[in-house]
Amino acid sequence: MARLNMVQAIDQALQQEMERDDTVIVLGEDVGKDGGVFRVTEGLVERFGENRVIDTPLAESAILGFSIGAAIAGFRPVAEMQFSGFSYPAFDQMVSHAGRMRKRSQGTWTVPLVMRTPYGGGIRALEHHSESMEAIWAHIPGIKTVIPSDPYDAKGLLIAAIRDPDPVVFYEPKRVYRAIKMEVPEESYEIPLGKAQVVREGSDATLIAWGAQVRTCKAAAEQMSAEKRGEVEVVDVRTLNPFDRETVIGSVRKTGRAVVVSEEPPTVSFTSEIMAQIMEHAILKLEAPARRVTGFDTPTPLAKLEDWFLPDVDLVIRETLKTLEF
Amino acid sequence: MPVTTLAQFSIERVEVMDHQGNVDESLMPDLSEEQIRHLYEMMVLTRQFDDRMLKLQRQGRLGTFARVMGQEAAHIGTTYALEKGKDWLIPAFRETGAFILWGTPLEDILAVNAGDERGQKIGEGVRVLPVSIPIATHLLHATGIAWAMKQKGEDAVALTVFGDGATSEGDFSEAMNFGGVFKLPVIFLCQNNQWAISVPYHKQTAATTVAQKAIAYGMPGVQVDGNDIFAVYRVAKEAADRARSGGGPTLIEAHTYRLSDHTTSDDARRYRTAEDLDPWLEKDPIPRLARYMEKQGMLDEDGVVQVREQATQKVADAVKAFEELEPADPERIFDNVFAERTPNLEEQLRWLKFRTGEGR
Repeated sequence: MARLNMVQAIDQALQQEMERDDTVIVLGEDVGKDGGVFRVTEGLVERFGENRVIDTPLAESAILGFSIGAAIAGFRPVAEMQFSGFSYPAFDQMVSHAGRMRKRSQGTWTVPLVMRTPYGGGIRALEHHSESMEAIWAHIPGIKTVIPSDPYDAKGLLIAAIRDPDPVVFYEPKRVYRAIKMEVPEESYEIPLGKAQVVREGSDATLIAWGAQVRTCKAAAEQMSAEKRGEVEVVDVRTLNPFDRETVIGSVRKTGRAVVVSEEPPTVSFTSEIMAQIMEHAILKLEAPARRVTGFDTPTPLAKLEDWFLPDVDLVIRETLKTLEF
Repeated sequence: MPVTTLAQFSIERVEVMDHQGNVDESLMPDLSEEQIRHLYEMMVLTRQFDDRMLKLQRQGRLGTFARVMGQEAAHIGTTYALEKGKDWLIPAFRETGAFILWGTPLEDILAVNAGDERGQKIGEGVRVLPVSIPIATHLLHATGIAWAMKQKGEDAVALTVFGDGATSEGDFSEAMNFGGVFKLPVIFLCQNNQWAISVPYHKQTAATTVAQKAIAYGMPGVQVDGNDIFAVYRVAKEAADRARSGGGPTLIEAHTYRLSDHTTSDDARRYRTAEDLDPWLEKDPIPRLARYMEKQGMLDEDGVVQVREQATQKVADAVKAFEELEPADPERIFDNVFAERTPNLEEQLRWLKFRTGEGR
């Protein structure tokens, strides 16, 4: 089995889906000859041609609006937004059309598209290249929002997203892109959307995260275990919407303690939704108030200060200990 | 270092029929008497339906809607140049006549405008998208659809319709650009009715015509007398033929006028004078076509009455069917959100059932 990083795993998923299904197309800025600014779409245009791997004009609303039209007319577009920070012109198309077309046409026209985009901090990028605004997509009815945390999940979740009959926002933690390699099966496989995963078992508290913060949480849990300060369960949410309450809240009900970790500005973030779910469905099982570790309600700082904004292992451990010692 | 002219452009306006119903035979499109009669009937039906909808709205039986009075030729004539079942129509919200032409049941249009989602169903085999309210956003869908037709090797055309206000939106520019760059079989039809709610054309753009905006995107642009159904049909047919044969997109500016308020929630007298409106009442596209038909011996006074009465009957039948519709089942709220209901929707459905009494 080959060891792949997340960029290679996503590229492989795209190659295999394009091979399997002629209606799958890839489009976006620089996705063709350049292979994408992160090389995620490397080799696609050589293999599938310019009709299926489309370098578009520089217009995000159009990339998504065009994809909606192509999807209505029988294609499965995988649209790349070069950075999530530039995807907001496409928000209108998502909220006004992609998430409603099935309803608005009473089931006649459907929009099986995927909007892929790198998000999140930690790579010392320019302004607009580091933010974590997943909650705005997860808020939209009729859209699924998926965030893989490692190469294996990235491949399986993306394949499932492409095959899904409805629009999917696929947020790729760019900090993880080349940070780790792991064994990824060559054959095609799907990881079902809407299913979270317990990535580390534990009995004392539950850490809930997605994307790049899953690694932070796993490291925190390992360190706490090594220091004999508790066995902490880590849950990777994987799909924000539809949310897998059974797995995520099930873990909180089991351990009685929860810390929700993300690099979002906390106000009305997806951590807020999970806190509400804990309130509604686990409060009587709680041994301590649930806590959050997030970014700040500030613009994501530029590179020199971004580490102060992003959650880190020490902060996650400190907050977890607070729940254990409550 | 001379200054050289790199390119020169001109914009044409096409008129075939004057207000008295006289036509320029050299420009007259190839339409049979039967086809002309059909177009006339469709315009009359659309007008009658629009009138009746206004009455229903004033009685509280319909919600807010956008009237189409005065613009029947612009969108019916264009849509008539396409092939139903093969070509695509991607409308905004002031194209009722196009829906009627392509067979959308009138009672469905009434249902939608009364806020009943069941009216949104799409007829079998008809390639029409539902009404799209956010201005100019749907033009992009037309580019994707047109691309898909090209990619599949179908010689189908996508017609998308919008108003003069839409040309100020970024999505107009993005869609025109995609259409030009990918040389897509799409027709951009601007029904320039000269008013975006209360804002007149000259406050919307400094451009003399909408048609000239095509130049910047590398496609032909033409202005047509939008109240002249023959001219409208002619330019649309040319655009469709060009699109089918790989010639790419066209921008058509149908120069017309919104004889009504913007919607039923608006009063145009707040911002528009009689001097502005009155000349356009005389340019009404329906009597204009009738005058042509009378001159050609296709229609007489009895004929006019007969067409009107047939339309009245169709509208009356539709109103009856609409009023006989049983109330919609509230559970429909959760249908067609996703292909399959997600767990959160299943849970929320249980809350709904408590309210409807089923879950008690």
